[in-house]
Amino acid sequence: MKVRTILHVDANSFYASVECLHRPEIRDKAVAVGGDASLRHGIILAKNQKAKAMGVKTGEALWQARQKCPDLVILTPNYPLYLRFSRILREIFYEYSDLVEPFGLDEAWIDVTGSTGLFGGGGMIAEELRKRIKKEVGITVSIGVANNKIFSKLGSDIKKPDAVTEITPSNYRQLVWPLPASDLLYVGPATGRKLHCYGINTIGDLAKADPAFLHRLLGKMGYVLHGFANGLDNSPVERLGEEAVIKSIGNGTTTPRDLVCDEDVRIVYWSLCESVASRLRQHGFLCRGVQICVRDNRLVSFERQTRLDRPTCVSCDIFDAAMVLFRKSYDWANPIRSIGVRAINLVGPHTAIQTSLFEDEERLSKREKLDIAVDDIRRRFGHFSIHRAVMLRDHALGGINPTEHTIHPVGYFKPSG
Amino acid sequence: MKNPKVYVDVIARFSADGELFPLEIIWEDGRRYAIDRITEIRRASSMKAGGTGIRYGCIINNHRTYVFFEEDRWFVERRHE
Repeated sequence: MKVRTILHVDANSFYASVECLHRPEIRDKAVAVGGDASLRHGIILAKNQKAKAMGVKTGEALWQARQKCPDLVILTPNYPLYLRFSRILREIFYEYSDLVEPFGLDEAWIDVTGSTGLFGGGGMIAEELRKRIKKEVGITVSIGVANNKIFSKLGSDIKKPDAVTEITPSNYRQLVWPLPASDLLYVGPATGRKLHCYGINTIGDLAKADPAFLHRLLGKMGYVLHGFANGLDNSPVERLGEEAVIKSIGNGTTTPRDLVCDEDVRIVYWSLCESVASRLRQHGFLCRGVQICVRDNRLVSFERQTRLDRPTCVSCDIFDAAMVLFRKSYDWANPIRSIGVRAINLVGPHTAIQTSLFEDEERLSKREKLDIAVDDIRRRFGHFSIHRAVMLRDHALGGINPTEHTIHPVGYFKPSG
Repeated sequence: MKNPKVYVDVIARFSADGELFPLEIIWEDGRRYAIDRITEIRRASSMKAGGTGIRYGCIINNHRTYVFFEEDRWFVERRHE
C-alpha cells in the first residue's frame, strides 16, 4: 500500500474559542462553556487556556470549577453557532481533499495523500491550514501529520494551541513512545490500570511488549493496541456521507428532575421511543429487539433487552416493550436520574414479516401511517407542534426535546457487515 | 463602551451568476452610505467585532472599510468614537 499522508486537525478549546471570538469583552478572562445546571447538565464542556491554567478541567461540575477559579465566566452552550463553525472548517478541509472524516464537531482526519502533488507535503498543507483557519475563521487549531490516523491524532495533541507536529518513521520513537499509554484511543481507565500492573505505562512500553502477552491480557484488543503503538494502523479516513453501517438506534436523557414513579418513566419513554422510531423510519429499518438502560440517582445503572414478536418501526410497539421491560426489572429502590431506550437487531424494510391470524393487520399498518404523519408535521412545524397528551402531565419531563444534541463522536471502529 | 459589532441594513445586488454584492449600508441612525468600490471578497474573521464571515473590502467616501456577511446578516466593525 502506498504511504499515506494523513492530517488530524483539532480545534483548540473549540466551544470556548468560538465564544471568545464572538465576545471580545471576555477574551482576556478565564472562560468555560458548561451545561445548564438547572437542567442538571452542569458540567464543564470546554475551557480556554486561562481557565485551564487555573486547573479547570473538562467534565467536572460547575461548582468545582468555580471553587478553583471564582472569576470564571461560564457560558451556556450555543450549539447552532458551534455547528456553523464546524461546517466552515469542513468547507476549508474540502479544498484540500474529499477524504474528510469528522470526529465530533471539533476534530477531523483528512487524507491528503492524493493532494500532495498539488499543495506540497503534509507538513506544508498543515501549515497552510493552520494559518488560514486562524485568519479566516478566527480560531486556532493544532494539527498532527503522520502516515496513519492514530499517530496523526497523537500528533495534534503534542503541541497546542496553534501548532503543527509531524510524526515520521524516523522521529516517532522520540515523540510518540514517551507518551502515556492512556493517550491512545481505546486505552481507558480500566485498560490503563491493567497495563500499569505489568509495568506498561507508556506507548513505547506497549510497542515493545510481546503481542501474545497483550493478547492474553486484553483479548483481541491486545493485538490492536500493539499495532497502534507501532504506528501500524491501516484504518482508512472515511468519506463524510458514507454513513457507518448502523447497528442500533438509541436515545437517552438525563431528566430535568429525578423520576420517582412509573408515570414519570412513561412520559420520558414516550418521548424517547418516538424519536427512536422516527429515526428507524428515516433510515429505513425495523427493529427486532428493544433495550433499555436505567441509571438511578446513586449512578448505579443497568441494561435489559427483549425480543419483539415481529419487527417494527412504530413508536407504540417500542414503547410497550420498553415499559414491560422496565416494570419487570426495576423495583424503585432509588429515584432515577437518567434513562435510555435502544432499538436493536435491526433489519431492512423489505424483510418478510410473518403476519398473524390473531392481530388486526390493518390496524397495525394504520399505526405506522399515523407515525409517519406525525414525522411530517414535526418536520414542517417543529418538534413541539404535535404531542401525546401524556406529555402535558409534567411540564419539565414533557418538555424534553429528544432530537437535540446528537453530536457525539461515533466509535473509531466502524462496525462492519 | 458600545458593542464593537454593528449589524446594519444593507442594500445588495445579486448577479445573474448568484454572486452577492453590497451596494449601500444603512447605519443605525438611518444615514446611508453608498459603497463606491469593492476591492476584495474573501472569508475572514473579525477579531475587532467578534465574528466570522465573507469579508467585503469596500471603499466608502474614499475610506477603506470592511463589511462582513455573516450567514444571513451583515455587520461592520465600529470605529472608536
